[in-house]
Amino acid sequence: MGFAVGLSGFAFGVTSASNGLSLLQTCALSLLVFTGASQFALVGALAGGGNPVTAAAGAFFLGVRNAFYGLRLSQLLQLPRWVRPFAAQWVIDETAAVTLAQPTRRARRIGFAVTGLTLYVLWNLTTLLGALGAEAIGDTAAWGLDAAGPATFLALLGPMLRSTTERAVAALAVVLMLGLVPVLPNGVPVLVAALAAPLVLFVQGRRQSAGAHGRRQSADANSREGTDR
Amino acid sequence: MNIWIAIAVTAVGCYAVKLLGLLVPVGVLERPLVKRMAALLPVALLAALTAQQTFADGQSLILDAKAAGLLAAAVAFVLRAPFLLIIGAAVVVTAGVRAIGG
Repeated sequence: MGFAVGLSGFAFGVTSASNGLSLLQTCALSLLVFTGASQFALVGALAGGGNPVTAAAGAFFLGVRNAFYGLRLSQLLQLPRWVRPFAAQWVIDETAAVTLAQPTRRARRIGFAVTGLTLYVLWNLTTLLGALGAEAIGDTAAWGLDAAGPATFLALLGPMLRSTTERAVAALAVVLMLGLVPVLPNGVPVLVAALAAPLVLFVQGRRQSAGAHGRRQSADANSREGTDR
Repeated sequence: MNIWIAIAVTAVGCYAVKLLGLLVPVGVLERPLVKRMAALLPVALLAALTAQQTFADGQSLILDAKAAGLLAAAVAFVLRAPFLLIIGAAVVVTAGVRAIGG
């Protein structure tokens, strides 16, 4: 897992730098935001010349899933209140996955702290290397490095497509996105495409209440968590 | 300057939602509909972003070597390749197609 995170960090550094962000800006993102998908989304949106607030909104919505990891973790870790603001920055996909896998509270706390610290250091170091590397490489497109961002999204998305619902949401989001790119200002289409999630849930809800009159069908409603790889 | 504003807004927003999860009392976010929504929102966003970064250049749609790279990544994913290899496949194939096609 560390290796994969390291490569993603490097890819982020390269992508960010080749999208026109300075070294300082690239490193600030990894230090302060520290949630990979949001960072890729932000630099992608900024590269398109989008409005900074719409760009940030897309990145923010991607980060919302971390609140749900935090909810699970706060039950499992039972951290004192004063520690929580410090622990919060490490609440991400990978630390949640490791912590949830531990059997005791002590092991969970250790797992969370070790994974959090290791990945934080690794992510920031590889971001720095990637950003420096991008300057040395020069034309990153010739090396195909502009494909690293979308490929990262795809690799995160793949494991989430477990049922028809997820696939319908993904397909609708792609259609909305490609349909809206030519007509709406930069950064806005992705926010509209996010509406694919409530739309599909709504249609599904209506179908279930129409089709399963009286018959309870909440089998699918049990927890589906985000993006472990 | 615009970039710094975007960085600041993203950093504050992303930190706030992380902290929110740790501070909020159990039960508030545990409603089934909220959980379903939280699981599906990243699906919609990631799918849209993949499409955008592959096929969009500013406000115009394009079809270039990145499409071949993404196809390679998708094949790698279907073959259960590790995370690393999926990204690697996309990068190598994109570079290869550009080298051949110019």
